[in-house]
Amino acid sequence: MKGKFSTKHLIVHLILLAGVAVVVFPFLWMIFTSFKTTGEAMKIPPTVFPEKFVTDAYKTIVTSAIPFGKVYANTIISTVVTTLVQIVFCSMAGYAFARIEFPFKNAIFVLVLSVLMVPGQIFLLPQYQIVQKLGLLDTIPALFLPNLFSAFGTFLLRQFFMSLPKELEEAAIVDGCGRFRIFGQIMLPLVKPGIVAMSIFTIKFAWNDFMWPLIVNTSMEKMTLGPALSTLQGQYTTEYPMQMAGAVLAVLPLVVMFFLFQKQFIEGVAQSGIKG
Amino acid sequence: MAQVKAKMPRKKASPRQKKDWIAAYIFIAPVTLGLLVFYIWPFIQNIWFSFNDVNKFNMSTFVGLENYKELMGDKEVWRALGTTLKYVIVTVPVGIFLSTFLAALLNAKIRGKSIYRTLYFLPSVTMSAAVAMVWKWMYNEKMGILNSAIKSMGGTGHNWLTDSHTALYMIMVVGLWMTVGYNMIILLAGMQGISKTYYEAAAIDGAGAVTQFFKITVPMLTPTVFFVMITSIISGFQVFDTVYMMIGKTNPAYESTQTVVMLFYRAAFDYGYKGYAAAISILIFAIIMFVTVLQMIGQKKWVNYD
Repeated sequence: MKGKFSTKHLIVHLILLAGVAVVVFPFLWMIFTSFKTTGEAMKIPPTVFPEKFVTDAYKTIVTSAIPFGKVYANTIISTVVTTLVQIVFCSMAGYAFARIEFPFKNAIFVLVLSVLMVPGQIFLLPQYQIVQKLGLLDTIPALFLPNLFSAFGTFLLRQFFMSLPKELEEAAIVDGCGRFRIFGQIMLPLVKPGIVAMSIFTIKFAWNDFMWPLIVNTSMEKMTLGPALSTLQGQYTTEYPMQMAGAVLAVLPLVVMFFLFQKQFIEGVAQSGIKG
Repeated sequence: MAQVKAKMPRKKASPRQKKDWIAAYIFIAPVTLGLLVFYIWPFIQNIWFSFNDVNKFNMSTFVGLENYKELMGDKEVWRALGTTLKYVIVTVPVGIFLSTFLAALLNAKIRGKSIYRTLYFLPSVTMSAAVAMVWKWMYNEKMGILNSAIKSMGGTGHNWLTDSHTALYMIMVVGLWMTVGYNMIILLAGMQGISKTYYEAAAIDGAGAVTQFFKITVPMLTPTVFFVMITSIISGFQVFDTVYMMIGKTNPAYESTQTVVMLFYRAAFDYGYKGYAAAISILIFAIIMFVTVLQMIGQKKWVNYD
């Protein structure tokens, strides 16, 4: 009986490990290539480990035609601003939709939700025009402007506020405490898990965003990482170590963040299926 | 909802309530106004655009249904639709199969479960532009690791991304690589939500692991599978980043890999046919809505809600 079970487990592990190999290999290949010399990267047949371990690719990418440091900073700024503003705006709106009765509440909420049903391309042309009219094309604020307002975040935080017991507020209301104090001092601290979950989704989305920055900004000085990688690939077609160094630097922050906050990442995603 | 409406006072509101209303409107103002300006109004404007000929200087002339008529007769549109449909038809079932299979394996009592889960999830946090670049490099005809692996096993290499018969499938692999782990996490959570008592009862009746999987896990998991299916179909219809990164304009496979969103992007921002592009985006929306509604109707036949 025991023996049968362990062979079964062995087979399961072998299948899972094969899957892991497929998942992990591109990461390894990216990292290995980024530490090769350009000559070695183009060797036929390819070497797996770098024969000569060099950091040239990382040095050249910062001095390349793409202002990589700047692009990196832009991506960080855009992600941080989007996330912080969304936390403030969505938690405020989420609280009101969950906890206060007011005229036209349901109508307004349905309007907010309707944004979630529509594929993003529908908004792009007019959004571009708005940014153009504001004279903000090819600027840093253009990168995050429409993303500051999130129907998804509002909905998510509303669900978290809804799950808190009514009694929490009632005592404060009876004591004559204003809504703003109740929100800031009593309710907001209680939805921290919701804010964390929302932030993870927002950071992931903002950091990896591709089409919007590609459309609104043209100069590399104002670009984010995604479209900058596309330019890098176009200009340094055969500089594979440099391309891979760019890819490593682009995925590194989120990979590190994921390892630090694994539990929150995985729980957030798992819940999206259960709640949906 | 009806209940909330009934509670709305028809008579004068108390000062406390009025204060509450003002507070509520202040709370919802930033998001609501932002969504109105940047999403809801643009949605309406976009519909208007689709009935107009909009040139590069945003001068528009009303042309009625002209854009839609042109759309119907445009071979490129049909081709892009076909390509996108192919992408969805292949990646959605394959993705669901792989993620369910992996979730089922991880649902068993095995060691290192959390390590597997972490590793499988990893690709979904990465930037698609970066990932596409890495895979393009691996697919490289002469120097890519894929071809040299094939050659070392006695096969012959192939230029995967320029052959119009293979390019789209190669892009699908990248898409699957990025999403299978993510969906696996959702399905695993669904499996873990199934009550143990079902399995215990089945075990007493002598049902084996495989029978249990098909008779209990699969039917109980259908709501989660449905959710994964809907989200995968919607994102499949919108595939863009990977195609843009992997297939250059001079690539011979360019036409055969052009998805509808790619076509939209080109029409809007390469050629500046904004009215036409708006019509394409409405078409994408209509198709997604149509497919989603079909799914919602079809689900009654196979999704179990208890």
